[in-house]
Amino acid sequence: MLKSLKIAVITIALSIIGLSANAATLDDVQARGELNCVVTTGLAGFAAPDENGRWDGFDVDFCRAVAAAVLGDGEKVKFVPSTGKTRFTLLNSGEGDILFRNTTETMSRDADLKLTFLPINYYDGQGFLIRKAMGISSASELNGASVCIQTGTTTELNLADYFRANGMSYEPVNIETNEEGIANYSGNRCDVYTTDASGLASTRAALDDPSAHTILPEIISKEPLGGAVRHGDDQWADIGKWVVNAIISAEELGVSSANVGELCAAAGDNPSINRLCGTEGDAGSWIGLDSKWAVRAIEQVGNYGEIFERHIGPNTPLALERGLNAQWTDGGILYAAPIR
Amino acid sequence: MSETVAVPPQRNAISRLWNDKESRSVIIQVITISLVFAFMAYIIHNAVVNLQAIGKGFSYNFLWQPSSYDINQHLIEYDSRSTHFRAMLVGILNTILVAICGIVLASIVGFLLGVLRLSKNWIINRLAYCYIEYVRNVPVLLHILLVHGLIVHAFPVPRQAISIGDVTFMTNRGIFSPKPIYEPLFLVVIALFLLALAFMWWFRRYAQKVQDETGQHYPVFWIGLGTVIGVPLVFFFLLGSPITWDVPELKGFNFAGGMVVRPEFIALLLALSLYTAAFIGEIVRAGILGVYYGQTEASYALGINRGRTLSLVVIPQALRIIVPPLTSQYLNLMKNSSLAVAIGYMDIVATIGGISLNQTGREMECMIIVLTLYLVMSLIISMIMNWYNRHIKLVER
Ligand SMILES: N[C@@H](CCC(=O)N[C@@H](CS)C(=O)NCC(=O)O)C(=O)O
Repeated sequence: MLKSLKIAVITIALSIIGLSANAATLDDVQARGELNCVVTTGLAGFAAPDENGRWDGFDVDFCRAVAAAVLGDGEKVKFVPSTGKTRFTLLNSGEGDILFRNTTETMSRDADLKLTFLPINYYDGQGFLIRKAMGISSASELNGASVCIQTGTTTELNLADYFRANGMSYEPVNIETNEEGIANYSGNRCDVYTTDASGLASTRAALDDPSAHTILPEIISKEPLGGAVRHGDDQWADIGKWVVNAIISAEELGVSSANVGELCAAAGDNPSINRLCGTEGDAGSWIGLDSKWAVRAIEQVGNYGEIFERHIGPNTPLALERGLNAQWTDGGILYAAPIR
Repeated sequence: MSETVAVPPQRNAISRLWNDKESRSVIIQVITISLVFAFMAYIIHNAVVNLQAIGKGFSYNFLWQPSSYDINQHLIEYDSRSTHFRAMLVGILNTILVAICGIVLASIVGFLLGVLRLSKNWIINRLAYCYIEYVRNVPVLLHILLVHGLIVHAFPVPRQAISIGDVTFMTNRGIFSPKPIYEPLFLVVIALFLLALAFMWWFRRYAQKVQDETGQHYPVFWIGLGTVIGVPLVFFFLLGSPITWDVPELKGFNFAGGMVVRPEFIALLLALSLYTAAFIGEIVRAGILGVYYGQTEASYALGINRGRTLSLVVIPQALRIIVPPLTSQYLNLMKNSSLAVAIGYMDIVATIGGISLNQTGREMECMIIVLTLYLVMSLIISMIMNWYNRHIKLVER
């Protein structure tokens, strides 16, 4: 009720005040000195407050990268937690400047909900988490199961499609946040928890005994996850887009938080690195920033590989492999447009 | 009586209307209503224009698109190919279901609590008091979450279900019980039941008339029970029990077949009605205490026994005090049912105001629907209660 009330209030406020869609978000953010970034309510590895209350995670680092590029300091971010249901309203009403929340790019979100997606930063797909003790080895054996799903997601739509297409039935158990999902799943209210495979890895790591649960081999959908901004401010969309591209390119070019200072101190022999460093050309001015925009982002959060390793890679509780998310040069499909 | 001011004939029509107390109040009302409507029209117009400015037109066309999501509790046929409109109907029915069941349960428990609160037995009295104080002072959302958590965590999984006579099973996924399948002959039983109801309606008035005229008293209640329940029951067995049962059976993950009452419904129903019952209990207590004790004494003095004093003298008068505040408790219960989303009970807010809203991005349109639906349901409850209130008002003779 509170949440829908909030949506109602925001909607009405939005309608009455009217959205100044064309106002320069960049100016607003710089005047405010803080970036409002819409994230999850808590999904360990992607976005969650750590024990000191500092937000931390894969999505969080992309927020920080944008803040570093735009404000010079990756700490100047206010995180706006959102459920699957509230995220787009928070962005469209102006409470958030940018969104990084395990969000799948779809045509309706882009064209109908009026979002502009930034480049994909995680290629994912929907999977199923189940207790090993159930003795199930394939999603095709799930007929009749109770399935926990988060509302307001692509997940619930894929799920309906999948069971229908395979002539199976199921009982949907609707939940609002990942936390509720964990409570219902561990209380055995549902046999299966379904969401993006990356989210499942995070959820499994948070369970009492992760080894008692398994993720079924079937991936039933494409979930290209990426950041988003609202329609109407192309410059702001470009900033988001190129910060993400810079983070991905940096890994490809071998620029990391450790060597960026040295590599970018002066123009070197590699023009691609020079353009990223701002020591050649003036890419920064094309998006309304100075020449060191990308350097600051890389310095403060690292390149794509570093972000991945730090939060969700093989040495974290989530233990995700790079898989599709390896650079195109390493057999993955991560392929950032060139900065030039 | 309105006092019409004598108007000098030379004044023009407008000032004449304005000087007349009755027409003046009509004028003021018309102006007020027009202003309110103009304001609302302005806001709505503004909203539509602004939505259009960011490229989101105002349109209800999405209602006829497939909803693409599933709902676990649907009282009417529904699947993911049904429209958003149908999803909304499912939500409305789920809200109505929990509201009606909740109101009935809350009233029963509430009346009981009210009477217990007046008990001379210290322990009973204190227990009722403690219950009311505890329940009233904890937000209803917490009750809902608590009951839901208890059901999910305390009840066994389907494979270890608590079986009641091997036909009903209690699990943390709900209570599974046999579903009746009616055979054609069952219609006879239903017809008899309706006939019996009609007969009783007539008989009650007849008995009242006889009592008014001759003072002879019929045990209407017992005769009624016999006719309405007894007669159809006897015929039910004479016709060879024209009902078969679809008994739930454990198949794979869950029980299949039969009927199921889901934990989300149980949690919401229990939390809402036990919460509201605490308030109703206090209202009932106040109502009974509000009837002047002399009435009871007078009734005793006439030799009327305790039970009949209560039912003929105290309760009818207490009801007049109870019903108006009771109405607002019923309204509260209905509105609080929108907290259902917290545990995923698929009511109006969770369907059209939740998933549909979110998947289509039609915030404005969906919120308007949700607000209108709650308004309409509130008005219906108020209407029924006002009718009942007039019905039990003192008839002055
Ligand atoms: N990618 C899907 C699902 C996103 C989603 O809601 N994911 C869940 C689990 S991976 C989540 O982030 N939950 C965090 C929260 O509850 O705040 C979408 O965009 O609709």
